[in-house]
Amino acid sequence: MSDSTPRWYDDEAGPMVRLYAMTAGRARPSSEAFALMAVVQAESRPATGNPPALSPEQRAILALCGERPRPVAEIASDSGLPLGVVRVLLSDLLAAELICVNRPVPPAQLPATHLLKEVIDGLRAL
Amino acid sequence: MDSARSDSVRSHPPGSAPASSFMALKILVAGGFGVGKTTLVGSVSEIRPLSTEERLTEAGRPVDRLDGVEHKTTTTVAMDFGRITLHDDLALYLFGTPGQDRFWFLWDELAQGALGAVVLADTRRLADCFSAIDYFEHRAIPFVVAVNCFDGARAHRPDEVARALDLDPGTPVLLCDARDRASCKEVLIGLVEHAAASYEARLRPGVGSGG
Repeated sequence: MSDSTPRWYDDEAGPMVRLYAMTAGRARPSSEAFALMAVVQAESRPATGNPPALSPEQRAILALCGERPRPVAEIASDSGLPLGVVRVLLSDLLAAELICVNRPVPPAQLPATHLLKEVIDGLRAL
Repeated sequence: MDSARSDSVRSHPPGSAPASSFMALKILVAGGFGVGKTTLVGSVSEIRPLSTEERLTEAGRPVDRLDGVEHKTTTTVAMDFGRITLHDDLALYLFGTPGQDRFWFLWDELAQGALGAVVLADTRRLADCFSAIDYFEHRAIPFVVAVNCFDGARAHRPDEVARALDLDPGTPVLLCDARDRASCKEVLIGLVEHAAASYEARLRPGVGSGG
């Protein structure tokens, strides 16, 4: 386990675990809740009882969701996992009641004028 | 007690979220291959790759056109993705859409609920952004055309570009330098202002239809 052992592979080699191994062979999430911009947050009061056994990837995602709310796309980017894998793992965490999801704002509700003004002011202040 | 943990309770509708009032808005950055999308996203936000399952690496080499961009040695393996934090509860997310036509299947999900789009154009290869313009026009997604003023590229006036692209009247054309943060900020501000005006016009069709 020594870090000084030279490795023949590096990050360029890509993931050393097959993606389907991370998702136990599943290609589709069990929930449709995870649109690109759906905001996910760790449940503040997780379900009582025995905590489910989580894989390292699921634990990493749960930790990200515990720091602050973030959209599905950002979870994929921050965890370095492909979007499809993240969606499957998120649906597991949702089923285990460890996270909650806010669906993205529907386009029809987007153009709230005050919101866009807030965006413009925010950009100017950058 | 179990009913309190039903799915409907944990999937909060927007605007009434008890857990968080965090608002995430999406802006697309589109345009031809090698036009500077990655540069723009990187200039104005903290850029990170976002990978999809599709392998976009070596497969693109024989079909990606490199005329005018001979110095481009890397291609976009994953989508470019950037976050701009405006304040604690509001962030903009930029998505660099894949520049090659064979990735159109990714666009529909990207476009869903987008606030608007920046179509980045290179006047040496203006035709490369036709498909992006068509796409946003057909779906009534507000967009601006940002002409990336490369070193050595011939300067064109915005109205000439608008005519060459046959843009609907009212679609802004901005000149920018994708490497320059302030310039890219102005493009985003221009887009959000245009989006605000478009949405307002739609809410009052009688007033807004004249353009």
